[in-house]
Amino acid sequence: MTAIGMPAVRIDRTRVVPWLQEYGVYIGVAALLVFNIALTPHFLSLENFRTQAVQVTPVLILSLGMALVIATGGIDLSVGSVMALAAAMISLYLGYGPVVAVLVALVAGAAAGAVNGALVAFAGVQAIVATLAMMIGGRGLSLVLLPQLDGIRNPAIRELGAGDAFGVPYLVWISAVLVAVVVFVVRRTVFGRRIVAIGGNRRAGELSGLPVRRTLLAVYVLCGLFAAVAGVLATARLQASDPNSIGRLIELSAITAVVVGGTPLQGGRVRIAGTVAGAVLMQLLVSTLIKHDLPPSWTQIAQTAVIIAAVYVARERGRK
Amino acid sequence: MTAVKSTAAPGTGLPGGPGGSGGGRPVFGSGRGGGSAAEFVQRHGALVVLVAVLAVAALTIDGFFSLGNLNHIAVGAAFPAIIALGMTFVIVTGGIDLSVGTVFALAGVLAAWASQYGSLAALALPLAVCALIGALNGVLIAKARLAPFIVTLATMLGAWGLMLAVSDEGTETYVVPDGLAITPMVQDRFLGIGYPVLLVVVLFAIGGVALRRTGWGQNIYAVGGNEDAAALMGVPVARTKITAYTLSGLLAGLAGALNAVWLGSGVTIFGIGIELDAISAVVIGGTLLAGGYGFVSGSLVGVLLLNVIQNIINGIGGLSSAYQQVVSGSFLIVVVLAQNYLSRRRERV
Repeated sequence: MTAIGMPAVRIDRTRVVPWLQEYGVYIGVAALLVFNIALTPHFLSLENFRTQAVQVTPVLILSLGMALVIATGGIDLSVGSVMALAAAMISLYLGYGPVVAVLVALVAGAAAGAVNGALVAFAGVQAIVATLAMMIGGRGLSLVLLPQLDGIRNPAIRELGAGDAFGVPYLVWISAVLVAVVVFVVRRTVFGRRIVAIGGNRRAGELSGLPVRRTLLAVYVLCGLFAAVAGVLATARLQASDPNSIGRLIELSAITAVVVGGTPLQGGRVRIAGTVAGAVLMQLLVSTLIKHDLPPSWTQIAQTAVIIAAVYVARERGRK
Repeated sequence: MTAVKSTAAPGTGLPGGPGGSGGGRPVFGSGRGGGSAAEFVQRHGALVVLVAVLAVAALTIDGFFSLGNLNHIAVGAAFPAIIALGMTFVIVTGGIDLSVGTVFALAGVLAAWASQYGSLAALALPLAVCALIGALNGVLIAKARLAPFIVTLATMLGAWGLMLAVSDEGTETYVVPDGLAITPMVQDRFLGIGYPVLLVVVLFAIGGVALRRTGWGQNIYAVGGNEDAAALMGVPVARTKITAYTLSGLLAGLAGALNAVWLGSGVTIFGIGIELDAISAVVIGGTLLAGGYGFVSGSLVGVLLLNVIQNIINGIGGLSSAYQQVVSGSFLIVVVLAQNYLSRRRERV
């Protein structure tokens, strides 16, 4: 028995780990769904799905940009601060009308991303350090620009945050469109192939004539832009711009969503569908714990465990 | 601390410490030819800036150079300095510890809660818990080989969760009872200098000797310089890393516990973002984030520099403390860019 059992276990392990990396996130989502349908009252209501879908938008949008950055082998810790910067811009430029305010916020996000990208691509600063500095400085700058919470009464911005089209909130439409765009970019464009190639082996990319620096710059600009979109949407939903607390620690959720979704931190691979599922998984996890009256402290400890487990499982692929 | 004497012939031919440079002093790279000016900037740049800032502030701001204000700066810098000391060890190994901020907060709350059982409990409980968190970081990074920033980012969240759990979701602020035996030992002064400042001086002296003059310190440099080469030479890489992260957690815990005693209560929101200050201070002090090169005295200067700037910003009316973050972030980038430039120049030489 044992003679047969041993090799069987070994084969299982080599199969199970990649399989877990590939589909673990969907199993997690499915398990949480089944658990909630069975045990959480009023889970299967349209209203609840709406709430969940709206609540997941900021993390989802951030994790799209983060997935691209991680695919190049980098990281962006500044996304939460860029959200705060966008929120501050909305409040400051609302006087010129909602369209201008949103545009300025997006430009600010792209500019922050461009600074990150220039530092990483051209100055050769480690991604962690460059984006860490932006994380500190960006939050500080947004607090300098807007020292305290500022309520937003503009009807257009409010409509963006609370309104819907065909029964689906605008926030969900926007994130769906962004997911589609990123999937298209990754699967069908040269740019998408370059991202993965740089993450896989930057030196080889350079030697084969890829515009490595330009691509890296573009990826960080995109990540900053997405963070600004998330900041605008979060501000619209909150109906207030709050540079102090918006997006604090959200970079962790975004990174987790990407890693849980099967994109390795070493780069060279990107899975957008998995990333979306990862963001949904984190949202469901938090809302499940909250709905079962577990305090926030438990949700954070549970998140810690999920992150470490996900990184641990993902690590095996990085070795091969 | 068992690692200290376990390696044979520390400092001989370790990467980052070329043999023959006297006592195995880790010298930056090996090109010493034209890099002496660059080396000076790398080593003492922060000190020069600190002296310049102090001189300008003393001349332009009334009351800046008073004994009271200087003591205020020193005491304010004391707790961040303790954290920066642990961070220096971690960064020299080539890692990073983002969890120290919330570990600091957790330690404060634990110390205030435990102070009802006496001084010993108020110190022992937070130190034990924080050392444990540091050890967990170390094991996950060294044994399971996970990326340091993601592990410590996760335990940052975990420590925050633990802190919320202890403090009844952040609503309970435990108060340190009056007449606790260690309160005067934290709040009093000796010859006009606050005890925390003296403690920092002692800790940095020990840290400096440990990093420079012991086998353990040589192992830290070796692991940061070239991990694979260090492993091949028989340096206990995993154990060295685990001790570095454990020390980082322990020192963050010590800072948090002392801070709580200093304030007289376990304030739950204290410590958010302090890890960024610590990292900035270490990097500004000349330690390379790539690992393998660094010194604790630089970190002390870095902390002082950041605190002096903060003091000046607070002193100028109408400027919010958020400016401090902007300055801190920009400073970090300028220093890292300068370091990159210097090390590239050195490679060319």
